[in-house]
Amino acid sequence: MFFKQQAGLHLILKMSTKQGVKTLGDMKVNRRSFMKGTAVAAAGVAAPSFFTRNAWGADFVNNPGDAKSVTFGFNVPQTGAYADEGADELRAYKLAVKHLNGEGDGGMLNTMKPLSLKGNGVLGKKIEFVTGDTQTKSDAARSSAKRMIEKDGALMITGGSSSGVAIAVQNLCQEAGVIFMAGLTHSNDTTGKDKKRYGFRHFFNAYMSGAALGPVLKEEMGTDRRAYHLTADYTWGWTQEESIKNTTEALGWTTVNTVKTPVGAGDFSQYITPVLNSGADVLILNHYGKDMINSLTQAVQFGLRDKQVNGKQFEIIVPLFSRLMAQGAGDNIKGILGSTNWNWALQDAGSQAFVKSFGQEYGFPPSQAAHTCYVQALLYANACEMAGSFYPPEVIKALEGFEFDGMGNGKTLYRAEDHQCFKDVLVVRGNQNPSSQFDLLEIVKEVPAEQVTYDPAIFGGELGPYKA
Amino acid sequence: MEAVFLQLLNGLDKGGAYALIALGLTLIFGTLGVVNFAHGATFMIGSFCAVTLQKLLTMSQKVRDESVTFFEAYKEVPYLEIWFGDTGRALIDWTVPLALLFSIPIMLAFGYIMERGLIQRFYKRTHAEQILVTFGLAIVLQELVKAYFGANPIPTPAPDIVSGSAHVGAWLGMSDAIVYPWWRLIYFLFAAILIGGVFAFLNMTTFGMVVRAGMADRETVGLIGIDIDKKFTIVFGIAAVVTGLAGVMYTPVLPPDYHIGMEFLVLSFVVVVVGGMGSLRGAVAAGFLLGILQSFASMTEVKSILPGIDQIIIYLVAVVILLVRPRGLMGREGVMED
Repeated sequence: MFFKQQAGLHLILKMSTKQGVKTLGDMKVNRRSFMKGTAVAAAGVAAPSFFTRNAWGADFVNNPGDAKSVTFGFNVPQTGAYADEGADELRAYKLAVKHLNGEGDGGMLNTMKPLSLKGNGVLGKKIEFVTGDTQTKSDAARSSAKRMIEKDGALMITGGSSSGVAIAVQNLCQEAGVIFMAGLTHSNDTTGKDKKRYGFRHFFNAYMSGAALGPVLKEEMGTDRRAYHLTADYTWGWTQEESIKNTTEALGWTTVNTVKTPVGAGDFSQYITPVLNSGADVLILNHYGKDMINSLTQAVQFGLRDKQVNGKQFEIIVPLFSRLMAQGAGDNIKGILGSTNWNWALQDAGSQAFVKSFGQEYGFPPSQAAHTCYVQALLYANACEMAGSFYPPEVIKALEGFEFDGMGNGKTLYRAEDHQCFKDVLVVRGNQNPSSQFDLLEIVKEVPAEQVTYDPAIFGGELGPYKA
Repeated sequence: MEAVFLQLLNGLDKGGAYALIALGLTLIFGTLGVVNFAHGATFMIGSFCAVTLQKLLTMSQKVRDESVTFFEAYKEVPYLEIWFGDTGRALIDWTVPLALLFSIPIMLAFGYIMERGLIQRFYKRTHAEQILVTFGLAIVLQELVKAYFGANPIPTPAPDIVSGSAHVGAWLGMSDAIVYPWWRLIYFLFAAILIGGVFAFLNMTTFGMVVRAGMADRETVGLIGIDIDKKFTIVFGIAAVVTGLAGVMYTPVLPPDYHIGMEFLVLSFVVVVVGGMGSLRGAVAAGFLLGILQSFASMTEVKSILPGIDQIIIYLVAVVILLVRPRGLMGREGVMED
């Protein structure tokens, strides 16, 4: 590319010099020769970008140009309630950087198909990274992303453990023209009404949780149930409540009540007591993290799991599970149904390769948050290789509609219409008899991607322009 | 009717917890005049006394899961169970009640060191400086706990025998659906006894009389030859113990993490301010008032009329009470007014 540009410039100089001598010597400006000269000169200028399709992308944010390295920005919760999850995300990112730079055992680079990466960084440039602390607060996450883009020269931002944060950072990245590869975010809005051209989500969403759980709920609890929802009062909670409600009502269940609870309520007793005499026989906890640990612990203390209502055993459902949460909930999680994006116990080659690399590096298995972050980093790097450029519109086009396999969830599609990945979803249950300290979730069913796929139009939203 | 009764129970339970947590704060403020922002951290240290004891009691033999090859996965069998069988199991089961005893000397020492080592140097400084230094201390303590125990909540269950619910409805001839967790009933009883104990100690002992005198007029008590500083150090230790015990007892309700104290810090300040700065009776009354109001505000019927009221009720009540009674419910004239 460099030689082509040099050749083009040389041609222009030669032409203009030739023209210049003539003009100065004869003092006659021949219109035809001038036109001919400028046309050739224009062709010369155009030549580099004409023949190398991405050279025109020189003016994008944090273009690495001739630098020998590129910088990724890992924006994860390092403090606050999700600090453990954030630490796991960061571990996964560091492992991804290692593998991308050709160090370590390569992890999923050995299993990913199709693969454009060569294990020598991205487009021959070594990957470096900077980190930010989202604190699981939208404003803090935005300012750390902004700092990484403006001061540290981050070419891509990725990470996070909350949908509120993901949507806030995604908006910022769209405005900045920097690609955002979301971490753990489960709200339908992230790739629904708030979707953005520069935002991509590998993690599954609330709709998919509902679609995956539906048949299992029908099988295990029947079609005549009365459900009571406790819902975290923010974007993720609302969309999960809606999705699960739609699923269960389609099964024939009745929704007795839906109650919004403040995030970080701590003591949920005032929200749990009304469940007792509501006539409900299922409690659905649309809570995540600490809220879920507390509400589940307290619901069990209120004797809900020992209750018989309407002649049926009272059941509790936690639609979104994670192993880290299961640890916090202790014995209360045993036997509870939910869904998860990925689990370290999966036996496919991609999962095994990742668990091996991660386990050997850190001494314990990765969480679902770590998995999605690792995969996102690889997918972005791979898309740059596919595009042959870091120019965001080209990378976006490479990711849109990209189909891949060998990353732990079977065949996966990065759908072009909403930037949502469609892949297999796991229905899990709190393990009654764990064989180790990590064996907390038992896989009930691997639900195929087709069963959780939906029409992107149902959630609306506009991706926006390619050029920010 | 049943719903109202349940929310009343909730309110009393919450009120007991709030009053107990705020008691230590108002004790320190009333005696030493120190605005202690490390109060939440003291609560957190108390709850981690239970976690530490649990870790000690469940020290385990690790049985490797051979099916996992990429990292060490193991099943843990506590040594106490191996050595003492059912007795060992029972000891582990009773971790939280045992932690009450375990935490007393630790919290006493914690309070003593904190007062002698740091707080006493700030008696004559402004409240703003006291807030800054105690808040800083709280952050340091939090981060230390996080570095060792991680950020995830740690399950610390109540003994099996009291882990279920009591059939309160059946006792009172009401619906069978009315049940209430045993542990919360125990917490309420515990809070009542502890609050009563602190009141009795301050009102019925010579030590308590001297402390009360010191609270009213520190200089005069000093002038008649009583070393009031030493007495106040002990009060600080007692306050730390009361707060620590509140923390231990709360662990089965809320699996503790490093941040648990901060969640109660603002709340306990609201309770103290609404009750009246430095007034023990006021703190208890405000604790119950706010607990009960918060419970009723969370009822669906109330929320349908005033959406979101459950999230702001405590602060709304605080604003109204401070507008009507600027010194709080039972505040004394002259406290924090110089």
